[in-house]
Amino acid sequence: MKKILIAMAGLAGVVAATSANAGTLEDVRDRGHLNCVVNTGLTGFASPDDAGNWTGFDVEFCRAVAAAVLGDASKVEFVTATGKTRFTKLAAGEGEILSRNTTWTFSRDVDLAQTFIGVNYYDGQAFMVPAALGVSSASELDGASVCIQTGTTTELNLAEYFSSNGMSYEPVPIETNAEARESYLAGRCDVYTTDGSGLAATRATFDAPDAHVILPEIVSKEPLGPVVREGDDNWADIVSWTLKAMMAGEELGITSANAAQLGAQVNDNPEINRLLGVDPLQGAEQAGLSSDWALNILSQVGNYAESFERNLTPLGLSRGMNALARDGGLHYIPPIK
Amino acid sequence: MADKQTYAPGSHPDLPPPPGTIGIVGWLRTNLFSSVNNTILSLITIYFLYWLIQSVAGWFVLDAVVDASSRAECREIDSGACWAVITKRIGQFVYGFYPHAERWRPNVAFVLLFVAVAPLLYPKTPMRRQLLWFSAAYPFVAYFLICGGILGLPEVGTNTFGGFMLTMIVGVTGISASLPLGIALSLGRQSRLLSVRVISIAFIEFMRGVPLITLLFVASTMLNYFLPPGTTFNLLLRVLIMVTFFASAYIAEVIRGGIQAIPKGQYEAADAMGLNYWQTTRLVTLPQALKISIPGIVNTFIGLYKDTTLVVVIGLLDPLGIGRAALADAKWNGLSTETYLFVALFFFVSCFAMSRYSLWLENRLSTEHK
Repeated sequence: MKKILIAMAGLAGVVAATSANAGTLEDVRDRGHLNCVVNTGLTGFASPDDAGNWTGFDVEFCRAVAAAVLGDASKVEFVTATGKTRFTKLAAGEGEILSRNTTWTFSRDVDLAQTFIGVNYYDGQAFMVPAALGVSSASELDGASVCIQTGTTTELNLAEYFSSNGMSYEPVPIETNAEARESYLAGRCDVYTTDGSGLAATRATFDAPDAHVILPEIVSKEPLGPVVREGDDNWADIVSWTLKAMMAGEELGITSANAAQLGAQVNDNPEINRLLGVDPLQGAEQAGLSSDWALNILSQVGNYAESFERNLTPLGLSRGMNALARDGGLHYIPPIK
Repeated sequence: MADKQTYAPGSHPDLPPPPGTIGIVGWLRTNLFSSVNNTILSLITIYFLYWLIQSVAGWFVLDAVVDASSRAECREIDSGACWAVITKRIGQFVYGFYPHAERWRPNVAFVLLFVAVAPLLYPKTPMRRQLLWFSAAYPFVAYFLICGGILGLPEVGTNTFGGFMLTMIVGVTGISASLPLGIALSLGRQSRLLSVRVISIAFIEFMRGVPLITLLFVASTMLNYFLPPGTTFNLLLRVLIMVTFFASAYIAEVIRGGIQAIPKGQYEAADAMGLNYWQTTRLVTLPQALKISIPGIVNTFIGLYKDTTLVVVIGLLDPLGIGRAALADAKWNGLSTETYLFVALFFFVSCFAMSRYSLWLENRLSTEHK
C-alpha cells in the first residue's frame, strides 16, 4: 500500500510538472535561441541548403518568431521530425514551435493537447497522373494503384474520397516524397496523391513535366499551420501574431527593403506606425514583446509575400487561395490595434 | 647424339614447365578456354561485361558531372550521373550540421579511434600496455571532444550531429558497449543463481522479440510521455541505449552458442584442477567460446551497423536522412540514384572492412580443428 502511494505521488509530480509549462517565452530568452521542429526535408517548405542552413517557407516562419522574441532571426535551432514523431517532439518540449506543414484538424487540435495558431498555407490534396493515361478527372480513377505517404491525413482523405464515389483503389504505401517520386516515375503506381503544393514541387523536377497532369479535383482541405503546446496562451499569442504581422506587412506594403526606413519615420498610416513600433501598440509590452518586434520580423525575414515568392513561387505554385483576402484569397488579417 | 646427356636417378635439374601452361596464357587456357563449351561461355561473358562496363561507365564516370550548382546545370553539362549533389554537400554527408569551425574535433576523435582500437584488435601493436589505458579512456575523450563544454571547447548540441559521423557514433558505441553487456548476459543466462538467470532471460527475450524500429520509437516518443517536459534527456543518448540493448541481446545469444559448443570435458577438467567459477570463465570458457563465436559476433555487428540507418524514422539525419534532405532541396530534387549509391558505397566499405578483419582474426586464432 505504501509503495502504491509513493508511486502515485511520483505520478502526481510528473503530472504537475507537465502542466507547468507556462513561461515558454522566458525559457526561450534564457536559452538564447528558439527550438523549432521542422520537416526532415520537403521541397519549398524545409530543406538544408548546400552550406547546411535550413531554408524554406516553414523554416522562415521559425526565423520570424526568433526575430520577434529574440530580435535575431538567426537564433533558431532546428529539430527535424518525421510525420510520425512531430507531435511527440513538440509535446516533449524538444521544440517550442512545430512548423512542419501540419494540417489543422479537430482531433489534432483537441485531442493531442496542442494549439494551432493559424494557417500559413492553404493546401488541398490532389492527384497526379501521367498524361499518357488519358485521364482528365479523378472520378475516372476506379481501380488505379495509388502511391500514398503513410502516417499523414492524405491516407484517410484518399480512402474517404474513393469510398464516397464508390470506387476502389490499390494503395502503394511509401515513406517520403523522394521515394514517391521514384516509385511514380518507375510506374509502380498509376497515381501519386499528396498535397497540391507537394505535387507541383515534385512535378517541377521531372525531366518532362508536361508528360504529367495534376487533375483538377481537390479532394481535401489541408490548412497547414504552425502548432504550439497547449497551456501557454501568451506564447500562442506571440506565435500567432508573428504570422499575422508577416501578412499585415504584405497588406500594408512593408517589405524587408523598406521596413527599417518606415520604422524610423512617422507614417501617414497609423496601422503601420503601430505595427512597426513608431506609435505604441497596446498590449505588446504585457505580452513580453519589445516595441520593435514586428519591425524585426519584417526587416530580417520579410513579409508573407516575400517569403512565398522566395520559397514557393520557384516551384510553380501560385498564390491562389493563399493570397490576401483583399486579392481574392483566404488570408484575412485582424486589425493591428 | 653428342649432346645427349644422362643423369643419375633423382639428379635431373628441374625444367621450366612447357610454355602455354604458365603465365597469363596458361591461366587463360586452364580457366577460360579449357573446352569448347567453356570457350563459348567465356566469349559470351566477356562480351556481356564489355557491354555492361561500357554502358555503366558512361553514366558513372564518362558522362558524369562533378561540379555544378544544381541538377538543371548538371543536365546542361552532360547526361550522366550528377555527382555534384555529393561534392557540394560532402560536408553535410560527413558531419551533418556540426559547426564548420569545430569540425576538426570529430576528425581528431576519428583518428584517435584508430589509436584506441589498435591495441585491442592487433596484439602486436607497439607499446600495447600503455595504449590499452588510452583505449579505456577513449569513450570519455571522444565524448568531451565531440560534445565540448570543457577546456574551452564550445559546446555542440547533439541535434547538429548527422551524416557518417552519426553513423559512426551510434555504430561504434553500440558495438563496443554491446559486447561486454552481451557477454555478461550470456553468462547470466547460464548462471546458477535464479534471479540473475531470470533477469537475463527476460531481458534477452524481450529485446530479441521486439523490432529495433519499435525500440527506437519507444526511445523517441514513449519516454517523452513518461518524463516531464524539460527533464527529457538527450535523444541521441536514448537511441544509443536502445541500440546497445538490442545488439547486446543478440550478442548474448551468439556467445551462448559458443559456450554450449565447448565440450563438457573442459569444464570437468577445470573443476578437477580446482578452478573456481570466475577462473573457469576467464581461463577456460570465454577464450574458447569467443573464438567460436567470432563469425556470429561480427555478423551481429555488421547488422547493427547497417541498422543504424533506421534512426531516420525518428528524425535523426544519418547519411540516408542527409541524402533525403538534399533531395528535398529544389536544386537537387530528383537525384536519388546518385545519393543512394553514394550512401550504399559508404556502408559497403565499412562493412566489408569489418568482415575482412573478422576473417583475419579467425585465421590468427585458429590453432586446431583444421
